[in-house]
Amino acid sequence: MPTNGAPTKITQGSRTKGGIGESTLRPDGTLKVTGEFAYSSDMWHEDMLWGQILRSTVAHAEIVSIDTGEALATPGVYAVLTYDDLPTEVKNYGLEIQDTPVLAHGKVRHHGEPVAIVAADHPETARRAAAKIKVDYRELPVVTDEASATAPDAILVHEGRDDHHAGHVPHPNIVHRQPIIRGDVDAARQRADVIVEGEYTFGMQDQAFLGPESGLAVPEEDGGVHLYIATQWLHSDLRQIAPVLGLPEDKVRMTLSGVGGAFGGREDLSMQIHACLLALRTGKPVKIVYNRFESFFGHVHRHPAKLYYEHGATRDGKLTHMKCRIVLDGGAYASASPAVVGNASSLSVGPYVIDDVDIEAVALYTNNPPCGAMRGFGAVQACFAYEAQMDKLAQQLGMDPVEFRQLNAMEQGTLLPTGQPVDSPAPVAELLRRVKAMPMPPERQWESSEGADVRQLPGGLSNTTHGEGVVRGVGYAVGIKNVGFSEGFDDYSTAKVRMEVVGGEPVVTVHTAMAEVGQGGVTVHAQIARTELGVTQVTINPADTQVGSAGSTSASRQTYVTGGAVKNACEIVREKVLEIGRRKFGAYHPAWATAELLLEGGKVVTDGGEVLRDLADVLEGETVEVEEEWRHRPTEAFDLRTGQGNGHVQYSFAAHRAVVEVDTELGLVKVIELGCAQDVGKALNPLSVLGQIQGGTTQGLGVAVMEEIVVDPKTAKVKNPSFTDYLIPTILDTPTIPVDVLELADEHAPYGLRGIGEAPTLSSTPAVLAAIRNATGLELNRTPVRPEHLTGTSLSEA
Amino acid sequence: MDFLRPASWEEALAAKAEHPTAVPIAGGTDVMVEINFDHRRPEYLMDLNRVGDLSEWEVGEESVRLGASVPYTKIMENLRAELPGLALASHTVASPQIRNRGGVGGNLGTASPAGDAHPALLAAGAEVEVESVRGSRRIPIDEFYTGVKRNALAADELIRSVHVKKADGPQQFSKVGTRNAMVIAVCAFGFALHPETRTVRTGIGSAAPTPIRAKAAEEFLNAALEEGGFWDNGKIVTPSVAKQFADLCSAACNPIDDVRGTASYRRHAVGVMARRTLTWTWESYRGTRRTTEGAA
Repeated sequence: MPTNGAPTKITQGSRTKGGIGESTLRPDGTLKVTGEFAYSSDMWHEDMLWGQILRSTVAHAEIVSIDTGEALATPGVYAVLTYDDLPTEVKNYGLEIQDTPVLAHGKVRHHGEPVAIVAADHPETARRAAAKIKVDYRELPVVTDEASATAPDAILVHEGRDDHHAGHVPHPNIVHRQPIIRGDVDAARQRADVIVEGEYTFGMQDQAFLGPESGLAVPEEDGGVHLYIATQWLHSDLRQIAPVLGLPEDKVRMTLSGVGGAFGGREDLSMQIHACLLALRTGKPVKIVYNRFESFFGHVHRHPAKLYYEHGATRDGKLTHMKCRIVLDGGAYASASPAVVGNASSLSVGPYVIDDVDIEAVALYTNNPPCGAMRGFGAVQACFAYEAQMDKLAQQLGMDPVEFRQLNAMEQGTLLPTGQPVDSPAPVAELLRRVKAMPMPPERQWESSEGADVRQLPGGLSNTTHGEGVVRGVGYAVGIKNVGFSEGFDDYSTAKVRMEVVGGEPVVTVHTAMAEVGQGGVTVHAQIARTELGVTQVTINPADTQVGSAGSTSASRQTYVTGGAVKNACEIVREKVLEIGRRKFGAYHPAWATAELLLEGGKVVTDGGEVLRDLADVLEGETVEVEEEWRHRPTEAFDLRTGQGNGHVQYSFAAHRAVVEVDTELGLVKVIELGCAQDVGKALNPLSVLGQIQGGTTQGLGVAVMEEIVVDPKTAKVKNPSFTDYLIPTILDTPTIPVDVLELADEHAPYGLRGIGEAPTLSSTPAVLAAIRNATGLELNRTPVRPEHLTGTSLSEA
Repeated sequence: MDFLRPASWEEALAAKAEHPTAVPIAGGTDVMVEINFDHRRPEYLMDLNRVGDLSEWEVGEESVRLGASVPYTKIMENLRAELPGLALASHTVASPQIRNRGGVGGNLGTASPAGDAHPALLAAGAEVEVESVRGSRRIPIDEFYTGVKRNALAADELIRSVHVKKADGPQQFSKVGTRNAMVIAVCAFGFALHPETRTVRTGIGSAAPTPIRAKAAEEFLNAALEEGGFWDNGKIVTPSVAKQFADLCSAACNPIDDVRGTASYRRHAVGVMARRTLTWTWESYRGTRRTTEGAA
C-alpha cells in the first residue's frame, strides 16, 4: 500500500573526507528551507480517514455523561470512540507514571484533555462531528498552585495513587520531592558577612516547534498497525502504545516521519494511540494533524516555577552556603516531572563551589496544563534564580559580577551537592572571561544621517522611540546542564552498521531508531561512519522499530549516545573487515599481521600510510553487518532523604553576555547582542554546533522577554493558545550572537564530545534579565519580563 | 458556505443586496483566520479580488482616493508623501506576506479596535466611501466605528474606498507590541499636524472599545498652540504643554486588561506615544518652516 510522504533513506556523498570535525552540509537542509521537505503532516494514504479529538472545555470536572449519537449519525463518520471503547484493561499511559488516560474516564483534570475521538472521510466532517458530541460536565474547584494543592482540604488531582513516588511525598498532590542535604548550612551561615534572599517566578514556556503533532496509522493484514509518526523516541512510544491496543510490540511497527522540531514537546505521546485505535476500529488508514490551536493543548510545556533562594558570602566574596526551595508546577499529569525535579534539585547551586547546602525541589499535581520536558529540563528555572542571586551578592559586596562568579566557579574535581565529583573539564571561569572579553557593540547604533533607524531600537518598526528613554544595560550569566539521562536510568543506544561493495565502491549503511528532529544527527552519523570506515558514500536508513532503541532525542544526548553507538558498531565492522582482509590477502604482505591497520580513502592502510588493498577487493562478495547496543557509564539514583549519589553522566557549560537597549518609559526591550561561550568538548560538525548555540540562545531570549502561556488562575484555562498571542522571537528580535567555542575533551565520551543542545538555553535568559536590571535598576524577579513590569503598570497579583 | 465571485463592482453590489449576510473577502487577513478557527461560518463568502477597481488609488488635489483592497505594501511604497501616517502604520501590519495582500478595507470592515490603519485614518481625517444598489454615500471616519467590531455599514453596503486628506503637515504613527515586529497592537497612537487649519488630530487604537480620537487633548493643544503663537513663531512646544496633552490622551482611553496588556499600561503607553509623536511632528514642522524661511 502506498504511503506518500513516508521517509526514504538518505544517501550522502562527500567531496572532502566528510568525517568528524568538518561542517558537512545537512541532507535535509535545502529541502527544509525551500519548503519541499515532507513532514509527518504531509503524509497521505489512499482511502485514508481523518481523525479528530474532542477536548475538554473546562479544567476540572466530573463527566456526567457523553452522548455520541448525533456525531455517529453524521454522514462520512466511520467511528466515534470514548473511554468505554478502549480494547484492553490498559487505559492509561505515561513516561514514568502511567497516570494519563488515553481518553478521559469519569473526570477531566485539565483544559484540553482528550475526551473522545472521531474518524471521518474528511477533516472538516470529523471536526464537525466531534463538535456534536455532547459532554455533560459537573465542574469541580481547581487546584492551581502550591497553596491550593497542599491545603488540608485540597481536592486530590489523583486519588488512590500507587506509583513509586507516592510513598515518600508529603502530600498526594506532590508528584515527587527531592531534598539534597550536604554540609552544615547553619554553621556555614555564621561565617557569612552578607546574606541575600530572593523569591523568583518562572513563566510557562512552550516548545513552539514548527510542525504540529501529526501522524498516520495504517492497519496491517496481520492485525497489527504501522504508525508513521513525528516523535522524539520511537521505542518509548511503542512501549506505551502496544499495551493499550492489546498488541504485542512486534505488531506495532513504527517509522519516524518528518519531524518539525521537538525541544522536549514530543517526549510524551500525543495522537499516537488515538490514530492507531481509529485505524484498527475502521480498518482504514487514519491521519491526525493538530492545528496550531490544538497543538498548544497537545503537548506538555516547560514547568512554571517558584524558586526561593538564600545565599551567603564572606566579605572577600566566597560563597558560604545556599538554601533553596524549588516548586515546579507539573499540571494535571506526571509526564517527566520526577526527572525534572531531579535535575532542578541537583543542579540548583549552578556551576559554583558551595559545600553547605539545604535543597528541596518538588513538582505539584494541579489542574493546570501538564508540564514536562523542554530544552534545559529543570536546570533552566534554577539557573534563572541562582544567577539573579549571584548579581545581588556581587552588588552587596561591591564586586564585579563576573569576578565574583569566577571567584566561586566550579572546576574539574568540584563536588556537586549530591557528592558527585565533576570528573571532566569545567571551564566556568574561562567561559566567563571569554564573553567578557568580546568587543562591546557600539553605542547608539540607531543614529544615522537620515534620522533614527528604528530597527535598531526597542519597538522596531512599530516606531515607538527615536532614542527617547532608551538606556543600555549589560548582564552576564553562566549555567550547568547535565547530559544524558540521569539517576540510574539505563540510557543505551543501538546502532546497526553494514559495509558492502556497491558498483565497485565500498559503501556504509547506518540504521538506528534515532529521531532526527532537526538536530542534525543524520549528518553526524554519516561523518562518524566516514571517519571510522574510510568511505565517502554513507546511506542513513529511515529510523524505525526494526532496529533496537536509540533512546530519546533529548537531554543533549544523541550525539554522545547514539553517536557513540554508531562509532562502536563501526569499530566492530572495521575489525571484521580487517579479518576478512587478513584471510584473503594476509599471505601477500606481512603488514596484515603486524601493523596497526586503518580504513582510509576506500583502502586498507597501515598506520605508517602504506596502502595494502582497496576495500572493494576486501569486501568483494562479502557483507559485514553489526547491530550493537552501547552504554555510557552507569549512574545512580539520588538518595531520597539526602540526595546523595552519582546521578549524572556529563555536564555542559555555557556563559552569555547580553547587551540590551531598554525603552525605560514604554518598557520595551531590544536585545542588541547575546554573546555566548560554550565548551563543546569536540565539535563533530562545527556549523551544527553554531546552529545549536544560536537556537538555544534565542529560545532563552524568548522566555526572557515574551514567551509565556498564560493560564487563568481562577479557571485554570489557557488564555493565549495561538501564535497571535503566544509570541516567539522574530528575526528583528534576534540579536547578533557571537559564539566562542571551546573544545576541552571529556576523556569519558566518544571523541571527547559534550552534549551541547541545552546549555545555551540556560544562561541566555538570566543574562538578558541581568542586562535589563542593569539598564533599569529594577529588581525583576520574574520571567518573562513584560512592559508592565518595567513601567509599574502591572495588575496587582491578587 | 457558498462562494460568490462577482466580476465587477455592480455584480458585487447586486450580490450583496441579494445576500446581505455575505462576508466580503479580499486579502483575507481577518476573515480567513476566523474561518480557519471555525469562529465564523458565513452563509456566503464574497471574493472581491476580481473587482479590479478596488486595488487602485488616485491622488487628487485635496485628497487620495484609496481603493479598499490596495495592499499595505503599495501604500508604503507609493503614498508615503501624501499619507505619511498611514504609510507608517502600514509598516507595522503583520508580516511582509500579509502586507502584500491586506488592505484598509479589511481593517474597516472588521472594525477591530486593534486594526493598525484606524489611528492613522482618524488623525489624517478620512471619509469611507460605501455603496449599495441603493446608492453611494461617504461616512466620516469619526462616525464610522459604532462599537466593538461594529461599523456604520448597512447590511447591503460594501466599502469601496477611503478618501484621505493629503497631508498638509507632518504625521506620525506609533504602536506598542511586546515584540519588535509582526505583533498585534497592545495600543497604538496616530498624530497629525494640519497647519492649513492650524489644528491637530489624534487617533488611538486598542485602548477603548473602538478606535477613538482624543478630542479634549486635541482641543487643549489647538488652543495652546494658538495662544502661544506657535504655528507662526515655530517655538518648541513647552514640556508642560506636551505633558498635559499626553495626560489628556491617556485620559481619553477606556482600556481593558487582557492577555496582551493591562489597562493601566495601555493608558500609560498612549501618553508616552502622544508626547513623543507630538515632539517628532513639531520638530519636523519647525524644520520645514526654517527651510521655507531660509529659501525665501
